[in-house]
Amino acid sequence: MKIPFSYSLRNLWTRRLTTVLTASGMALVVFVFAAVLMLAEGLRKTLVETGSYDNVVVIRKASEAEVQSGIERLQASIVETQPEIATSKDGKKLVAKELVVLITLPKRGTDKPSNVVIRGIGENSLTLRPQVKLVEGRMPRTGTAEIIAGMSIAKRFQGGGIGENLRFGMRDWMVVGIFDAGNTAFNSEIWGDVDQLMQVFRRPAYSSVIFNLHDPREFEKVKVRLENDPRLTLDAMRETRYYEKQSEIMARFLRILGVSLTIIFSLGAIIGAMITMYSAVANRVFEIGTMRALGFQRKSILISFLFESLLLGLIGGIVGLFFASFLQLYTVSTLNFQTFSELAFTFSLTFEIIYKALLFSLIMGFVGGALPAVRASRMNIVESLRAS
Amino acid sequence: MHILKLIFKNAFRHKLRTFLTILGVAIAILAFGLLRTVISAWYVGVEASSASRLVTRNAVSLVFPLPLSYKEKIRQIEGIKGVSYGTWFGGIYIDEKHFFANYAVEPETYLRMYPEIIIPPDQKAAFYRDRKSAVAGRKLAERYKWKIGDIITLKGTIYPGNWDFVIRGIYRGRDETVDETAFVFHWEYLNESLKKTAPLRADQVGWYMIEVTNPNIAAEAAVRIDKTFKNSLAETLTETEKAFTLGFISMTEAIVIAIQLVSFLIIFIIMAVVANTMAMTARERIGEHAIFKTLGFRGFHITGLIFGESLAITMVGTALGIFLTFPAAKIFGKELSNYFPVFIVEPETIYMDLGAALVVASVAALFPAWRAVNIRIADGLRRIG
Repeated sequence: MKIPFSYSLRNLWTRRLTTVLTASGMALVVFVFAAVLMLAEGLRKTLVETGSYDNVVVIRKASEAEVQSGIERLQASIVETQPEIATSKDGKKLVAKELVVLITLPKRGTDKPSNVVIRGIGENSLTLRPQVKLVEGRMPRTGTAEIIAGMSIAKRFQGGGIGENLRFGMRDWMVVGIFDAGNTAFNSEIWGDVDQLMQVFRRPAYSSVIFNLHDPREFEKVKVRLENDPRLTLDAMRETRYYEKQSEIMARFLRILGVSLTIIFSLGAIIGAMITMYSAVANRVFEIGTMRALGFQRKSILISFLFESLLLGLIGGIVGLFFASFLQLYTVSTLNFQTFSELAFTFSLTFEIIYKALLFSLIMGFVGGALPAVRASRMNIVESLRAS
Repeated sequence: MHILKLIFKNAFRHKLRTFLTILGVAIAILAFGLLRTVISAWYVGVEASSASRLVTRNAVSLVFPLPLSYKEKIRQIEGIKGVSYGTWFGGIYIDEKHFFANYAVEPETYLRMYPEIIIPPDQKAAFYRDRKSAVAGRKLAERYKWKIGDIITLKGTIYPGNWDFVIRGIYRGRDETVDETAFVFHWEYLNESLKKTAPLRADQVGWYMIEVTNPNIAAEAAVRIDKTFKNSLAETLTETEKAFTLGFISMTEAIVIAIQLVSFLIIFIIMAVVANTMAMTARERIGEHAIFKTLGFRGFHITGLIFGESLAITMVGTALGIFLTFPAAKIFGKELSNYFPVFIVEPETIYMDLGAALVVASVAALFPAWRAVNIRIADGLRRIG
């Protein structure tokens, strides 16, 4: 015979204060657990969306990032002539020779400077990145001191808005357009004409060459050819891989932080659940004795108490997830240790995270409730009936 | 005296529950202490920096160099005692995961300006003599089991190629806050090689380290330096060492804030656990408290009992947690020495632990005490169980 479901439910309701306290402890744990997963997912999404699978980034050998790289004009021209490069509708090769430098600009509202990426672009740079869209204004004219700024630059940096001026490299630059690059790292960049920027920063070399492949499968071929060309000292990699590598340290840091926090926090919450369930059992010795005398089996009692604990976990899980879902409105911007530039990403909630967080809360409920439930089911009928 | 005895007897009446609560508090305090230590490790560079040192770098950003010729110009400026310079090398040992700071400096002026870096005199002399040599921090040398005379190869990211260095010295920090995981070598070695391979990049430095005669004139000296190079091709930005390191940290502020938030969250979680225990305790003792009241004890006696019990449980847990923090920080520091060169538990962390414990104990006891005080005697006596 089974003990009705409502018994567990009403037990939780009778001891409301305890239930609320235990469940809120668990909710906090689930909140943190979900937040860390969402953060990692947001970072991953940002990076995956930043790169395209059929684009190739070429940088100087062993330079790891565009900022550290340098490709002389001659070398860049050799890369440009590779036959695997796709052509656009009007017959031009889809390749861009770009310059990437870091400058410090003050944020709006404060005087705190932050590192910003400035990218010198060629005429194909926008075509090569379909995820970047101009939302306001126009593209900068070549040969002028005009720039366009990413959405998060326009919002958060002084002088980043349309029609405003930014000063760097001993010149004033007019922002003539704002582009939206969705969730990608380009959102924290400023783009301008590459030749103008090379001139003001006195850089005789490009930072990277980016091109689109005719056929994504030809990547290996072009990579081997470029890397073995004695005239070149370059590394070629797929754009997706390039951006993934850029934040390996950050991703690893988030992972270590997330795992250690979750372990410590869940220990605390499991202890909370255990205390609650042990006292739930201790308070109901007489009741348990009565049920056993009525003919309920040990197994039914075990299940009933386990169920109560699982329910407690589930309540905590749902509440925690509910609050964690609001985090999606929040954008994190921090310094990427590897590139020293700003990296902005959002918390992102996926079904997998919801399912993981709920599973996690149930596991916490189970672990917290298992021992007390076993104790409840092992009680001796006569002794427990004698207790009052 | 009796009341203390009663509080302790009460606290350990439910052995299992009390034990679990204490364990929970200990874990939370341990986690709180470790997270606070992470934050202080983040700011350790600020503490280690001196008020009488300035850092001059390119005003555009750190990736742009300054010409070597600025050195003599800076030296002529009033109030400047010494000038040294360095360049961030950014070399990779084995692979990217084995990160440590490595930079090129002009050794003699650098070591004179940084007395907190201690190298035995014979090693120092050997380091000065050999242009291809380097010195490594004690912790770094321990991590990779380097000995004096070993040849270390770094793969350059900013400066291409494989670079060989001979370890000629291992330095210690004068205080605990000094980073002992850095790798420092001769700027001349880098420069001479660049003259051959990339002459355009030679004779340039990443930053100047400047010592002023008196910390009080640091701000004026900084302004004077920047004014000297105003409207040149490489304008400078001069800050005190403290401001320079703080600037770096402020860019990673989001992470620091997140860790801070999480460290407070954990206090909330443990508050819920302790409050739960106290709520259950008080509920079980409603009858007892009613008897106390009948005997003539007042509300504040009962409040005192409940608060005392909450405090006793929390404090035992806190003591345990603090006690465990030190060995845990040691293990953590070793594992994470890539990220945090210095990882020590500061006295402030312990005070914060104690403060948090006090808050948890009081908040947890608040509601049960209020209920116990307000319940009518007859109702209290009537309740069973």
